[in-house]
Amino acid sequence: MRSQSLLRRIDGALIWPMVRKEFLQIRRDRLTLAMLIVIPAMYLVLFGYAVQSEVRHVPTVVYDESHTPESRHLVETMAQTQNFAIVGVVRSRQELATTIQLGRARAAIVVPPDFARSLKTGHVAHVQVIIDAADPMQSAAALSGARLAALVLPAKLDPASARHTPVIDVSVRPWYNPALRSSTYIVPGICGLLLTLSLGVIMAMAIVKEREEGTLEQLIVTPISKTSMLLGKMIPFVLIGYIQLTNVLILGKLFFNVPFRGSLLALYAIAGVFIAANLGVGLLISALSQTQNQAQQLATLMLIPSMLLSGFVFPREAMPVAAQWVGALVPLTYFLDATRGILLRGASFQALWRDVLVLSLMAAGTLALSINRFSKTAS
Amino acid sequence: MTDAISTQSLTRRFGTYMAVDKLDLQIPRGQVFGLLGPNGSGKTTTIRMLCGLLAPTSGAASVAGFDVLHDTDALRLHIGYMSQRFGLYPDLTVRENLRFYASLYGVSGSTGAARCDAVLHELGLIERASQLVGQLSGGWKQRVALACATAHKPPVLFLDEPTAGVDPAARRRFWQTIYTLAECGTTVIVTTHYMDEAERCQRIAFLSRGRLIAIGTPDEVTREFGQETIEDVFISLQRRDEGVLT
Repeated sequence: MRSQSLLRRIDGALIWPMVRKEFLQIRRDRLTLAMLIVIPAMYLVLFGYAVQSEVRHVPTVVYDESHTPESRHLVETMAQTQNFAIVGVVRSRQELATTIQLGRARAAIVVPPDFARSLKTGHVAHVQVIIDAADPMQSAAALSGARLAALVLPAKLDPASARHTPVIDVSVRPWYNPALRSSTYIVPGICGLLLTLSLGVIMAMAIVKEREEGTLEQLIVTPISKTSMLLGKMIPFVLIGYIQLTNVLILGKLFFNVPFRGSLLALYAIAGVFIAANLGVGLLISALSQTQNQAQQLATLMLIPSMLLSGFVFPREAMPVAAQWVGALVPLTYFLDATRGILLRGASFQALWRDVLVLSLMAAGTLALSINRFSKTAS
Repeated sequence: MTDAISTQSLTRRFGTYMAVDKLDLQIPRGQVFGLLGPNGSGKTTTIRMLCGLLAPTSGAASVAGFDVLHDTDALRLHIGYMSQRFGLYPDLTVRENLRFYASLYGVSGSTGAARCDAVLHELGLIERASQLVGQLSGGWKQRVALACATAHKPPVLFLDEPTAGVDPAARRRFWQTIYTLAECGTTVIVTTHYMDEAERCQRIAFLSRGRLIAIGTPDEVTREFGQETIEDVFISLQRRDEGVLT
């Protein structure tokens, strides 16, 4: 209907009244606001603790090749952390492998023959902990138990001697699940999932409500362009998205000790495009639906691939190719990759440029499509 | 001085259905102009095209000197539109609604605040300014909607069945406001179902099945159809339309 280019239709000055109005409405809608802020916290705590349950007493076998008081002391200290429950002793690597394979034990402590000698001579004493990491919760428990023992033991062994502090190095070999999916791994996922769950729906609802109440038509008669109108409606929800993200991150740090290895600035930058992409999906949903009911159903339909195919629960590498393709269409997939990279591996912004690029394209694409759809429905 | 509204063979088709068929209208400035006709006669479609809400299938129209198809942006600054649904935010107060819509027309800042206060006074809304629109009755909502549609002083004002579901006292007050606006030079185009309202218009146009079938002062139109009142004209037209349909 109007021939101007997309950019010319962004009449910047009119975005702000729109944003102001949206904030006024959000402020009045206390229930939605409370849900947006409180529900992420509830989800995180529930989800996080569910993942953290049964972290103790991992059934463990011992393969002690050192047969020294020191090695026995080590095993005892590990058992004292209560993360390991010693269920038996094995006599060979072969036996160790079968025991874990058959599921009789979930972990094994391997003390090499030179353990005591290394301690005494001031060398690093190596201990190996093998974990059946298919169960991420147990492996996380074994991991922390082993590390704790390694810290505590040297002081116990040689409290009087200050000449050299014995160093024990515990190397953990997770089997079956080398990526070690643990609760710290789940928290970034919850961040992304919550943003996906809430943002698309509230964005779609906010627009469909305007359509149902006749205010959308009234807005179209005013000089504000469709682009400014949609952007103005989006901006307050970007802020809400950031509040949610910050909430989950703080709680994740407090309750689950999620490491913040990488740059928070990079995380927030990526979250910006991710939030925009989700709001774009919400806009698209609102452009396709006439009633709030339809919008709700469409949103639910779009959420399922986000939950199942993004790699939030199941690793994408293990999925059939078709499922991987569908997963590749979901913004959450890229956000998960990026946040896990930043939080857990300390990846730099540069290393994640592909995720950022795809998310930006998704945000721009959904926004452009929605604006296009809106122009058509109005004429 | 050009006409406030002028259309040439303005046509809109929905599929095979002719909503508006080759409509030619000239409405001079400062008039209260009534657009009448039974349901489905094309009144609302015409208004929507004149507001730039709906693209015509063919033909042309200009409103306040702007082409509805090509000068939509400029057009929108110079018209006010009030629909029968009022288009207000129930969860915002009267003043917030007014300030919001006014600011979309560039009536913002301290001049905007002053202008909004003036409008609130003029329409007797000042005591209700802090009330949520959702808590108001139909008559009050109607006044708020009129305030929102006129805060930017548009030279052309469209009212699409503005008095539907509003009590008689409120309707009378509403019409007084409309006359005041017209005296100040605003061209007002109003569609209505109430025939007493039609007789208040300076000129009326009758639409039937998308076609203009009569135009003139209310007296001229009643005479042309050989009827006593506008209402009789309306009923005879409706009977004719329904006769065709069944």
